[in-house]
Amino acid sequence: MTVPESQYRDKGDPWAVLRAATRARVALGRAGDALPTARELEFRAAHAAARDAVHQPLHPDVVRAALPDVELLEVHSAAPDRATYLQRPDLGRQLAEGTELPRVGADLAVVVADGLSPRAVHEHAAGLVTALLDRLPGWSLAPLVLAHQARVALGDAVADALGARAVVVLIGERPGLSSADSLGVYLTWDPRPGRADSERNCVSNVRPPHGLSYAQAADTVAALLGAARELGASGVVLKDEGPALPAGAG
Amino acid sequence: MTARRATVGGHTYEFPTLVELMARATPARSGDVLAGCAAESAAERVAAQTVLADLPLATFLDEQVVGYDEDDVTRLVLDTHDPDAFAPVASLTVGEFRDRLLAWAAAGDEAAISALAPGLTPEMVAATSKLMRNADLVAVGRRTRVVTGLRSTLGLPGRLASRLQPNHPTDDPLGVTASIVDGLLQGCGDAVIGINPATDSPARTVALLELVDEVISRYGIPTQSCVLAHVTTTLRALEAGAPVDLVFQSVAGTQPANRGFGVTLDLLAEARAGALALGRGTVGANVTYFETGQGSALSADAHHGIGGRPVDQQTLEARAYAVARHFEPLLVNTVVGFIGPEYLYDGKQVLRAGLEDHFCGKLLGLPMGVDVCYTNHAEVDEDDMDSLMLLLGAAGCTFLIAVPGMDDVMLHYQSLAFSDVLTTRSVLGLRPAPEFEAWLARMDLLDEAGRVRELTADAPAARALLAAASA
Repeated sequence: MTVPESQYRDKGDPWAVLRAATRARVALGRAGDALPTARELEFRAAHAAARDAVHQPLHPDVVRAALPDVELLEVHSAAPDRATYLQRPDLGRQLAEGTELPRVGADLAVVVADGLSPRAVHEHAAGLVTALLDRLPGWSLAPLVLAHQARVALGDAVADALGARAVVVLIGERPGLSSADSLGVYLTWDPRPGRADSERNCVSNVRPPHGLSYAQAADTVAALLGAARELGASGVVLKDEGPALPAGAG
Repeated sequence: MTARRATVGGHTYEFPTLVELMARATPARSGDVLAGCAAESAAERVAAQTVLADLPLATFLDEQVVGYDEDDVTRLVLDTHDPDAFAPVASLTVGEFRDRLLAWAAAGDEAAISALAPGLTPEMVAATSKLMRNADLVAVGRRTRVVTGLRSTLGLPGRLASRLQPNHPTDDPLGVTASIVDGLLQGCGDAVIGINPATDSPARTVALLELVDEVISRYGIPTQSCVLAHVTTTLRALEAGAPVDLVFQSVAGTQPANRGFGVTLDLLAEARAGALALGRGTVGANVTYFETGQGSALSADAHHGIGGRPVDQQTLEARAYAVARHFEPLLVNTVVGFIGPEYLYDGKQVLRAGLEDHFCGKLLGLPMGVDVCYTNHAEVDEDDMDSLMLLLGAAGCTFLIAVPGMDDVMLHYQSLAFSDVLTTRSVLGLRPAPEFEAWLARMDLLDEAGRVRELTADAPAARALLAAASA
């Protein structure tokens, strides 16, 4: 992409040529050797949105209200609070002691997990669950599970307890400065504790209207589920259909 | 061997192995708790530090943290150890060594401190740092001289260089160029113009290398470029005849962790030889660049030492420096807040780790820089970054990494802004690398006082550089 000289002049602001070339925060100007107040406050607002997305609690009622016809169970991980959750990913992968789930037996369990952005769950989980259920007519489903202080791998423990052959985990992704509400989807065939990240498939950046739409994401996940059922496995063996779990997402 | 025990607060603590002693003596951080090797109380930590202080420094030559037979990093350390360089401190305990370093630092005896490097092992340096306060790490760091060069000279007294990091989510040439221009106009880029590519494709790497080489040649900038692709990708670029200034690789402190990165010592040696053969240097011949960071071995489940015990992440980090120094690097930096709160939880832990890494790297003879950075799920903000960057400036840090407006739009984390480098230089009276400073003056980017000028877009220097992003 080349910005023609004429456009550079027309803008009236010669720095516009830099700003037009990248989303990076270029040509911010200076106040002495520091950033001007307005630019500083813009940055703080973006960081604040990301921080608040990480630390706001998951409100189950928001999800329940948006999915009135769906049976919904709640579980907590072994991480009792946010500070522990952030420092002990191992605890976020285990169910809290004494957790009881009905052993229903099903083709698929769907777990909605707060992850690093409860806000993403509030804004996008119900829409994505609805779109996904529409695309899985032949599948028997376990009750939907809402998981607090959860990492992706908590889905393995949940599905294991429910007796499900596969699990799809919808989880709030680590907020970036420009995307505090991004939902990720992780699919694991034959889930049980100890599964490696390489045995999962991932669809990330579900956040309409800026990222993937619910329909786009649900189409991909439904296709991956079909392929996983046929193959009896998920993860890198399905790599051509969808990318494996990115590093650090677990 | 006498039992290693100490009594603190009426309770006697015993440390059966060197691995446990090192871990329990480490200032608190989340990664060691996650690994299960941290001290269980503040008293136990002080007890371990007390025992460590009385340990002869030479112990680390006879007793390993990670086994010699099973790990090539340990073999590299011990097989290349220089007894003559070690001789001046060979009879000291760890605590006496700390005291000696502080005395030399206070006296300004850079020569005495800097000559030790080939005689020191990572474990000696890590152990010493565990007894030091933040101010100790700064005081000794600033008196440890390590000078390297390729087309700019780095590490000279009173200088602070910077890596200009112009990352772009799709490696778009114009987008990358815009960030380069923005950084150059703010006096950054004297350590390297270094791009993390969005993909690891050899063709993309070659294209980015040619792009930066073109900018450097067009304006005659005395600096070097780097595309931080995997070393095997850089080898392919070398074969393709690309203008490779620096061979980059992430490295860690154990053989299994390096295997996880897909690197061996032989591979690094081969790539270094390839870059050296191009002879692209003007003021020096250091052609490698390494990045490290506390927690990288743990995240790869490659953090175990003697007896399968978990080794603390700071000791393992210092071992990564032994890998780096073997290849005579131009640049090394720790990416201190990048890895997340499960390794370094908050601003206090990140600040401490940044100073430890700088101190340990320098003492081992590395041109040590730091990516002062954080992610949104860590308890860290801009104020913590400001504290660390200013302390690193005071500690004589070789270079800082800077991105447009603190926001890396490709890697999705926050580093320093270009203007933060200016702030650190002006607050502490530091200057860019000499060749680069002369170039800034030639480009009319400096005022009479030597300060990087704030330009309007129609200033000749701004117009000249903006042309790179509009042509």
